[in-house]
Amino acid sequence: MTNTNGYLSGSNLERVLKNGHFAVTAELGPPQNADRSVIIKKSALLKGYCDGVNLTDNQTAIVRMSSIGAGAILVQEGLEPIIQMVCRDRNRLAMQSDLLGAYALGIRNLLCLTGDHQSFGNHPGAKNVFDIDSAQMVQMVSEMRDKRIFQCGEEMKGQEPRFFVGAAESPFAHPVDFRPYRLGKKVKAGASFIQTQIVFDIPAFKKFMEKVRELGIHKQTYILPGVSPLKSPTMAKYMRDNVPGILIPDEIIKRMEAAGAIWAGKSKDELTPEDKKARSKAWQAEGIKICIETIQQLREVEGVSGVHIMAIEWEEAVKPIVEGAGLYPRPVVPAPEPQADKN
Amino acid sequence: MIVAEQKTLEEIKTLVGSAKNVLVAGCGTCVTVCFAGGSREAAIVAAELRMASKLAGDAKAVADVTVQRQCEWEYLDEIAEQVGKVDVVLSLGCGIGVQAIAEHFPNAWVVPGLNTKFMGLPTEQGVWAERCAACGDCILGLTGGVCPIARCSKSLLNGPCGGSLDGHCEINSDVSCAWQLIYDRLTSMDKLEVLMDIQPPKNWKTSRDGGPRKIVREDLRLGKEE
Ligand code: SF4
Ligand code: SF4
Repeated sequence: MTNTNGYLSGSNLERVLKNGHFAVTAELGPPQNADRSVIIKKSALLKGYCDGVNLTDNQTAIVRMSSIGAGAILVQEGLEPIIQMVCRDRNRLAMQSDLLGAYALGIRNLLCLTGDHQSFGNHPGAKNVFDIDSAQMVQMVSEMRDKRIFQCGEEMKGQEPRFFVGAAESPFAHPVDFRPYRLGKKVKAGASFIQTQIVFDIPAFKKFMEKVRELGIHKQTYILPGVSPLKSPTMAKYMRDNVPGILIPDEIIKRMEAAGAIWAGKSKDELTPEDKKARSKAWQAEGIKICIETIQQLREVEGVSGVHIMAIEWEEAVKPIVEGAGLYPRPVVPAPEPQADKN
Repeated sequence: MIVAEQKTLEEIKTLVGSAKNVLVAGCGTCVTVCFAGGSREAAIVAAELRMASKLAGDAKAVADVTVQRQCEWEYLDEIAEQVGKVDVVLSLGCGIGVQAIAEHFPNAWVVPGLNTKFMGLPTEQGVWAERCAACGDCILGLTGGVCPIARCSKSLLNGPCGGSLDGHCEINSDVSCAWQLIYDRLTSMDKLEVLMDIQPPKNWKTSRDGGPRKIVREDLRLGKEE
């Protein structure tokens, strides 16, 4: 058995959090093909700027390179992967076997998710699985680690997979009043860290955290609210109107619009390609600025242990955000000394 | 009840094919109540087939008959003679009715005229909705009488996913979020505490995943002769 010196997994993310640092995680969307150079290119943009990189698992039910495959490439590249796994595509057999493989490939962090319904993706005629739900997955992988048993209760002989196990929560999805309790269930199931849906509305998030603190959940898990840089006012409105659980205050929409004000009122044909480029740059700069301010405000909220930056298909934004928020360089917490097997 | 929907006439025509003598068999139970395959629908489909075949210059003899329940042998015995005389039976029963005919009349060729949809109920005139997926181990006692297996798009057991919005499921704003319904009902009954325990993984063995299911009630079986 691996001796992890008091750590559950000994992963970099776990070490950073356990030693009281404000953690930064980022996200990398694997490509819709088998090209490893995409992962390498994107990971170069994130290296050194976060403590762990989430690899999405067939996000929005669109077939992509597997999170485990992409995670293994990250390990080779010297980054710390946080693989996501959804309940939509695998039954309990497939989950457990894939996780044994993921651990053997050097992956140490796992985020357990329900998964978007397949009707959103590019294979809407697929059969879904949902054999177990995300809370049950958290419990299963925690017990594989702590009790060395498979979900069926059978004892595991040899090396158990020791993951730092996380789960997600969407603080503003409905029914809103139940969300802190649902979070509590996942933590009770064994979630050591929580990454949330993207937060823009600080007062609403504070209200959520008040309840979380009242329930004492923040003392049993590390909570990393999600943040995301906006690219344009259109994107902001789209997210606000179409993504469940994302609240964007009018004031933020107005700021994004104001950033492009000098080009406003002109029709598409009046704008030169240079205009469009400059406008896009101005919007992006404002989006990054808002994101930095959001991080700074979230940092002040009691019970928040870090942030999860979701710069979807815009990994370049992570560096200026992390630097701008004063979170660079990332802390280095030495790995525990590997010790000889006890048995 | 079992809720079904008629196949299109085009598909029915294809299924009937070149058969000359056709028997349209309706069922007097569930599919009558959901207006898919009762005596009225059987008569209409028979007339449509007659008309269509006549127009196509291949006039078929199409009769129709409706039994009380296609899913019980004794009711099927009543139509044995008619079934024996035709080239094809177009069953307007649910999938069980179609199979009952195939099983009971080994020499009959039977095709389905309906698509069997789900087990549910009419929620208003002309609207039916799914309620049970026959998982074989009912948990409605834990969820305030709202089934998350059949009514949550992801069959979640520990509460709503992140896609629940304004009472709707993420897949479609016409679909109610089962977990919002469960939450509301337990709140109004002051029984929210039942949602706080982690429900363990379900044993799907009792569901279709365990293979085709069968119930044997020894107390009801006719004694075997020694
Ligand atoms: S829990 Fe199972 S048996 Fe009960 S209503 Fe739902 S699907 Fe049907
Ligand atoms: S939105 Fe509600 S019904 Fe739909 S999958 Fe999520 S929890 Fe289930």
